[in-house]
Amino acid sequence: MTLTRRQLLVLLPAAAAAWDFVLAGTPEAAPNYNASEHWWGMLLDITKCIGCGSCVRACALENDVPDGYFRTWVERYHVSDFHIENPVVDSPDGGKEGFPPSDLTGGKNFFVPKFCNHCVDSPCTQVCPVGATFHTPDGVVLVDQNYCVGCRYCIQACPYGCRFFHPTKHVADKCTLCYHRITKGLTTACCEACPTGARQLADLKDPNDPIHAFLKTHSVQVLKPHLATGAKNFYNGLDGSVR
Amino acid sequence: MVKLQDIAHLLRMAAVFLLGLVLFLIFRSAFIPKSFGRYGHYRGDAIAEITARPIAYAGHETCEGCHPDVADTKSKGWHAHVNCESCHGPLAKHADDPTSLSPQKPDVAKLCVRCHSENRAKPQGFPQVNAKEHSGGQLCNTCHQPHSPGITQGARK
Amino acid sequence: MEGFMYPNEVELQWSVLIVLYPFLTGLVAGAFILASLERVFRVEAVKPTYRLALLTALAFLIVAPMPLQLHLGHPERSLEMYLTPHRSSAMAMFGFVYLWYLMAVLLLEIWLDYRKDIVLLSQSTRGWKRLFYKVLTLGSTNISPGALRVDDRVGWVITLIGIPSAFLLHGYVGFIFGSVKANPWWSTPLMPVVFLFSAMVSGIALVLLMYLLTSALRKAPVDMHCLDTIAKYLFYTFIIDFTLEMLDLIHRIYEADESFRSLDFMVHTRLFVSQIVVQILLGTLVPLVLLGAAQLVRFPEPLRKRIYSVSGTCTLIGILAMRWNVVIGGQLFSKSFLGYTTYKMGFVTREGLAPAIFLSLLPFAILYVLIRLFPPWYEEIPAPSPSPLAS
Repeated sequence: MTLTRRQLLVLLPAAAAAWDFVLAGTPEAAPNYNASEHWWGMLLDITKCIGCGSCVRACALENDVPDGYFRTWVERYHVSDFHIENPVVDSPDGGKEGFPPSDLTGGKNFFVPKFCNHCVDSPCTQVCPVGATFHTPDGVVLVDQNYCVGCRYCIQACPYGCRFFHPTKHVADKCTLCYHRITKGLTTACCEACPTGARQLADLKDPNDPIHAFLKTHSVQVLKPHLATGAKNFYNGLDGSVR
Repeated sequence: MVKLQDIAHLLRMAAVFLLGLVLFLIFRSAFIPKSFGRYGHYRGDAIAEITARPIAYAGHETCEGCHPDVADTKSKGWHAHVNCESCHGPLAKHADDPTSLSPQKPDVAKLCVRCHSENRAKPQGFPQVNAKEHSGGQLCNTCHQPHSPGITQGARK
Repeated sequence: MEGFMYPNEVELQWSVLIVLYPFLTGLVAGAFILASLERVFRVEAVKPTYRLALLTALAFLIVAPMPLQLHLGHPERSLEMYLTPHRSSAMAMFGFVYLWYLMAVLLLEIWLDYRKDIVLLSQSTRGWKRLFYKVLTLGSTNISPGALRVDDRVGWVITLIGIPSAFLLHGYVGFIFGSVKANPWWSTPLMPVVFLFSAMVSGIALVLLMYLLTSALRKAPVDMHCLDTIAKYLFYTFIIDFTLEMLDLIHRIYEADESFRSLDFMVHTRLFVSQIVVQILLGTLVPLVLLGAAQLVRFPEPLRKRIYSVSGTCTLIGILAMRWNVVIGGQLFSKSFLGYTTYKMGFVTREGLAPAIFLSLLPFAILYVLIRLFPPWYEEIPAPSPSPLAS
């Protein structure tokens, strides 16, 4: 079949538009990855976290997180008896080198790892004035650091304190759910480093993902549910005292 | 009745505004990044830029590919689910080109206690000791082989 | 740091420059609304300050974006807010509200009110000033009674539109804070209203002080009827503002939600001086008592002037303190409600006190230039030039 120049002039733009549509599900640098097939979240098991800080160190190494700032961190809680509204909490250097022994005796003590919840109805993306922070089609909240103007409204709007202002790049920064890894079939750096399986990446769209069975048989919570952010970090064994 | 000459200055001002609007629209189309709006209200190219970041942690499956013996030893002991790079640090560079980066042996004095030093906040069943009382200052790997740390098999349930 | 804070919360994100910004836009909105009292509501008494109020609003509006630019991590990208505004973001929409207010309301209104003077000045001055005025005439020299009637009508409509625009200008700033559900110090539907009324209070106080100041500098007599009227409006607006702020406070204390204990502690410790002493006592109660007394008792003229000056100054300090307490206060406590941090304000740093002071003084310098270019004194309108007025 031979194409006239006129036919080509009509077909090419149409083909380009169609190709763009096809590409809409496929981030360019991960050619075998189709974003619409995934919906990312994470399962945190408080009963397993030992506060070793491996996740904090791994994240910092994988993502060049500057010292003193945290894409993820671990908090230690001490709850005495029924005083659930007055826990004593600490997070020395985000828990990066683990936790020193504490003087507080008795009560209930545990660790809580925290990081971006990649909320479905995230207040941070809602307030960004320029569209520098956004949701990917597979449910990850990212920051376009080449577009961010550094107004810091998103940092103010995040209820969980997971964003920070990068001290040298002067843009907003936060956990990317290791997007550069999960789009290549790897798990996040923090999950890779966690020695006890307290952190597990979950693909909520994958029917075979173990999280579905887990959610059926365990009581889980998200942080600050009253703010209706649609958080996708599910905590097993989360105590009511956790802020 | 309003005379045209009495509103001429208003029409000129309106023209100035219109000109400004037109210039703004031209400026917009010139300066908005081409990939903006492709998937949503953001620069579509940003996803590719973020995805293209180099990887630092190879992942345990990659390690086990070249070190099946260690993988085998580990899988039979208490550290079966502790991934290689959890102790050995990020080694994707080593996996890509083993001769370019030779992994350093972890600092045993600091490494083991980060997980195993006793702390009230750790889960009850988790193996934790007071390092000085437990080994009297000796390094952990004096008695424990890190890839399979159990000394008396079946001694702990 | 005291207690526990999420690790990323220890450093404050919004600095004294972000305190300055709502203060400046508030002055703009307030000054404009005072001006509109004469134009739309026919309060003839304040006419002597009409043009001065407009120029004051313009001077502050010009400076208003500067603290924001200094604060941005990448000010060179700030135009993105106009190119790709995110419609769900109050901050993005505010860019357009600002632009609308500057171009379609303030500049247009000033141009229309001054047009006759501009045309006359374009004929009577020489050199670069002549060129400047000529450009502003847009080539039209028609200042016939017919044309001036049209100007007056159109100006009236613009002022009418300008009142809700001024409300929007500063109400939006309040909404930028009030809509952040993550921050219980900020998150309240009252925030835009409180911001707006405190803006009106500060703007009216500023025009009052500027009138007294410029009259003193020019050795011109003060129209006491005008001054008394401005003070009256200041007093009544202040009552409303104070009521709103007390409502917010009482509501918080009564409901005592999970954030209350933490916020209460913060106000009594970290914010004691700026909130209780400066904002409430010095900045609200003192002016209210003084102005209220002046409403009840007819003091002699020199005493009234002094009362108004002191009240006006205290008011401005108090409203600035209010902005500080909202912006800085909202960042001093942890969102875990378990701890507090401190604000380390630099001096000669990009977001430090020195640039803040400079930017606070800059509008007065700009106002001086504007007054020289566009004299607002009604008794000094240039007489019509003897040359023909044909365009």
